[in-house]
Amino acid sequence: MIGYIFKRILATVPVMGVVALFVFLMLRLSPGDPAAVIAGDYATAEDIIRIREQLGLNEPIFVQFVTWIGSLAQGDLGISIFTNLPVTTLIAQRLEPTISLTITTLLFTIVVAVPLGTLAAWKSGSLIDRFVMLFSVGGFSIPVFVLGYILIYFLSMELRWLPVQGYKSIFDGVGPFLRHMILPTMTLSVIFIALVSRMTRASVMEVLQEDYIRTARAKGQSEFKVLLRHALRNAAVPIVTVIGLGIALLIGGVVVTESVYNIPGLGRLVLDAVLKRDYPIIQGLILMFSFVYILINLLIDLSYCFFDPRIRY
Amino acid sequence: MSRENMNASDHPVLTVRGLTVRLPEDADRDFAVEDVSFEVGPGEIVCVVGESGSGKSVTAHTVMGLIPRKDLTPVAGEVMLQGEELLTKSETELRSLRGERMAMIFQEPMTALNPVMKVGDQIAEMLEIHSSMSAQARNDRVLEVMRDVSLPEPEQLFHSFPHQLSGGQRQRIMIAMALALEPGLLIADEPTTALDVTTQAQILELVKDIQRRHGTGVMFITHDFGVVAEIADRVIVMQHGKVVEQGTADDVIGKPQHPYTKMLMASVPSLTPPVREAVDRERPALSARNLNKTYGSGGWFKRGREVHAAQNVELVVHRGETLGVVGESGSGKSTVARCIVRLIDPTAGEIMIAGNNIAGLGEKALRPYRRDVQIVFQDPYRSLNPRRTVGQSIVEGPMNFGLSKEDALVRARDLMNVVGLSSDALERFPHQFSGGQRQRICIARALAMEPKVLIADEAVSALDVSVQAQVLELLDDVRKRFDLAMLFITHDLRVAAQVCDRIMVMQRGLVVEQGPTAQVYASPSHDYTRSLLAAAPGRHTTFGAAPAAG
Repeated sequence: MIGYIFKRILATVPVMGVVALFVFLMLRLSPGDPAAVIAGDYATAEDIIRIREQLGLNEPIFVQFVTWIGSLAQGDLGISIFTNLPVTTLIAQRLEPTISLTITTLLFTIVVAVPLGTLAAWKSGSLIDRFVMLFSVGGFSIPVFVLGYILIYFLSMELRWLPVQGYKSIFDGVGPFLRHMILPTMTLSVIFIALVSRMTRASVMEVLQEDYIRTARAKGQSEFKVLLRHALRNAAVPIVTVIGLGIALLIGGVVVTESVYNIPGLGRLVLDAVLKRDYPIIQGLILMFSFVYILINLLIDLSYCFFDPRIRY
Repeated sequence: MSRENMNASDHPVLTVRGLTVRLPEDADRDFAVEDVSFEVGPGEIVCVVGESGSGKSVTAHTVMGLIPRKDLTPVAGEVMLQGEELLTKSETELRSLRGERMAMIFQEPMTALNPVMKVGDQIAEMLEIHSSMSAQARNDRVLEVMRDVSLPEPEQLFHSFPHQLSGGQRQRIMIAMALALEPGLLIADEPTTALDVTTQAQILELVKDIQRRHGTGVMFITHDFGVVAEIADRVIVMQHGKVVEQGTADDVIGKPQHPYTKMLMASVPSLTPPVREAVDRERPALSARNLNKTYGSGGWFKRGREVHAAQNVELVVHRGETLGVVGESGSGKSTVARCIVRLIDPTAGEIMIAGNNIAGLGEKALRPYRRDVQIVFQDPYRSLNPRRTVGQSIVEGPMNFGLSKEDALVRARDLMNVVGLSSDALERFPHQFSGGQRQRICIARALAMEPKVLIADEAVSALDVSVQAQVLELLDDVRKRFDLAMLFITHDLRVAAQVCDRIMVMQRGLVVEQGPTAQVYASPSHDYTRSLLAAAPGRHTTFGAAPAAG
C-alpha cells in the first residue's frame, strides 16, 4: 500500500514533466515573436525588448527550458508581466475563494445528488425517478452563466434574499460567508448534481439486482438500511470516480461562476490573465491545475480501498 | 399426504395450500405456480425437485415474501407459517418474521454475501434487526453460531471478508446467519449447486445435523436427485408450476409414479460406466507433454506469489476417443483446456496437434492450427454474441478461413440438422432459444470449423438434467460421426462416467490418476479419486425405474 502510494507519486513526475513541456512550448511555438504577442497591439519597441529580456527569450530555446524547469523545481513560477508580482503570490492571494467554492459545491453536490440518485434507483420507473432524470437532463443543458443570472434575478433582485455578488471570507464570519456562497454554489452544482445523480442511479440500480441485497431482505432488514448499508457502499466506486472526474468539470465552471458573481478567485485570475495575455500566470495556473488533478486522481484510487476491501494495491 | 415423520402432536412448520401465483401479462404462461400444496413438519427435510422454470424458487420466494407482489401476485391459496397466514401480512409484518422465524440460504454464497462487509458483522446484523441484544452479547452469539456450523477459528473469521473464505466456508457463514435466531423454518435454495462435491457432501451433512439438533423444518430446493437421495425425508416434484408427485423419499425415488418423475430419474446419469467400444489407439490427435502453467504476480519491491495452475500434465487423446478430465474447482482442468486451445499461453511444455508442437507458436504461425481445436463452454447464455444471429455466429469462423459465405451457410444448415435444430434457426437470435438449444448452437459453431479436437469445458453443467442427457447424447454422436478426439472437462463424476473412454483426475494442478473409465471408477488408486467418488451424492441409490445406463 505504502509502496503503491510511493509509486504513484513517483509516476506524477513524468506526467508533470510532459505538462511542463507543453506549457513551455505553448508560448514559444505560437506564431510570431512571443514578446510581441504578449505586449499586444499598442506596445512600443522598448516594451517588446523589455519583455523579451524579462522572459529570457534571447537565449537558445534549450537553455530557456532548463532555466525555466530549474526555477520551477524551486517553486518559482515566474513574474507576472502586468503586475510585476511573483505568480505564486498572485495564486496564493486568490486560492481561498476558489477552494471555498469548490468545497461547498462538492459537499452540496454529494448531499443532494447521492440521495436523489439512490431514491431514483430504488423507485426506478416511478414519478420520482422520472423527475430526477428530467432534472438531470435539464442540469446538463443549462449553461452555467444563464443559470447564474436567472438565480440572481429571482433570489437576489426580486426576492432580495441573498447578495447579488461578491465574496466574504469565512474568517470574517460564517454567516456572511454562507450568504455569499449560496448562489455561486447552487449555480456551479447543478451540472455536477446532474452528473453524479445519474451515475448514482445507474450504480445503485445495478447493485440492487445483486444476490446480497436479497439476502439482506431475507434477514428482515428494512429497506432504508438495505439501501444505506448494503447498496450504497457497494455502489460507491463508480460514484466516487465520477465525482473525481467531475472536479475537472468544476475547474471550467469556476471561471464562469466567479465572473458572474464577481468572486476574486483563481477563475477570475485565469480570465484576467488570458485577456491581458499574461503568460507566466497562465502557465502557472495550468501547472497548478494539472497537479491538483493528478493528486485528486490518486486520492480517488486510494479511496477505492476504503469502499471495497477486495481492492488492494 | 404422508405424515410418517411427524408425531401427532407436531403441527407443521409450514403449510402451503392451493397456492397460485400469477405471472406478469407478457410471460409465456399464466401462472408461475398453480394449486401447489405441501407441508413441512418440524425436524423434517422436504426436497422440492424440478427443472428450471418449474416454479420451485417462486414458491420459496413467495413463502419468504421476497417477490414484489405486484410482479408475481399470489391470487389463491394460503401459506401458513407455524399457524400464521403469511399472504395477508403487510410488508412490515413479514419483515419481522423473516430471519426470526423463517430464514433462507441461497445457491451462490459468494454473491449472496455482501462483499464489502465483514462476515461476522453480516451474521450480527441478523441479531441487530430482530433482538435488543447488546453489541457484546451479539458478538458472543455470532461466535457461538459460527462454532455451531463448524467454522474453524471463529474469532479470526469474524473479521474476514467473503472473498477471503472458501466456497464451503462462505456457505457455512450463510447457514450460521440463517440459524442465528433459531428459526422454525429454513429454506435452502440449491445451497450446494455451486460447490465442489466434497464440499457439497460436508454442507449436506451439516444441514442434516442442524435439522436433527435444532428440530428445524427444512424446505430444500434442488434439481439434483443425487442430493435428494442423500438428504430428503419427503420429496415434492414440480413441473411447469404444478406439483406432479409427492411422497416419502423412498417412495418417490424407488417407485416414481408420474411419467415426468420417471423421466427425471431416468436422466440421472449412472455412476457405473457403460461398456464402450474399443478405440483405435494408433491415431493420436492431440497430446500434451510436460505441460505447465504458472501464474505469478511479481512486484517492484517484492517477489510475487506463484500459483501452479497446471504442473507436468501429460495426456494423449486419439481420434474417436473421449478423455475426461475431472476435478474440483481450482484443480487446473480448465487451465489445461485453455492452454490446449491456446486461449492462454502455457509456461512450459509441448502441445502436439497433428504432429506439430503449437505450445510456443506466435499468433500468426498458430492461426492455421486454430481451426483444428474447438471448444464449447459451460454457459451457452454468455458464449453467444446476443446481437448477432445464430447464422452469423456460425459462419464467421469458416469464413475467416476462406470459405465463401454461400458455402459457409450451406455448411451451417447441414450442421443445424446434425445438432437437431431446424435450419431456419440460423435467422434467429440467441435469446430466442432455450439453454439446451443454445448449447446445441455452440456445438454447431464449433463443428463448423471441421476440427480434429473438440473440447467440452463443463459443457453440460449449466443444463437441466433431462436436457443434459440429450446434449451428452449429441456430443457422443458427433464424436463418432466426425471421428473427433474429445476432451471432456467436468466436475460431475456421473456425467464423466457416461461419456468418457478414459479419465484423468486432477487436483491442485497435478494429474493424480489416469486410466480407463471403468477401471478408475471400480478401483481408484489415488486417495483423492476415492474421496471424490465417496462424495458423489446418491451413490448408493438406484433411481427409480432408471435402466442400467448405457
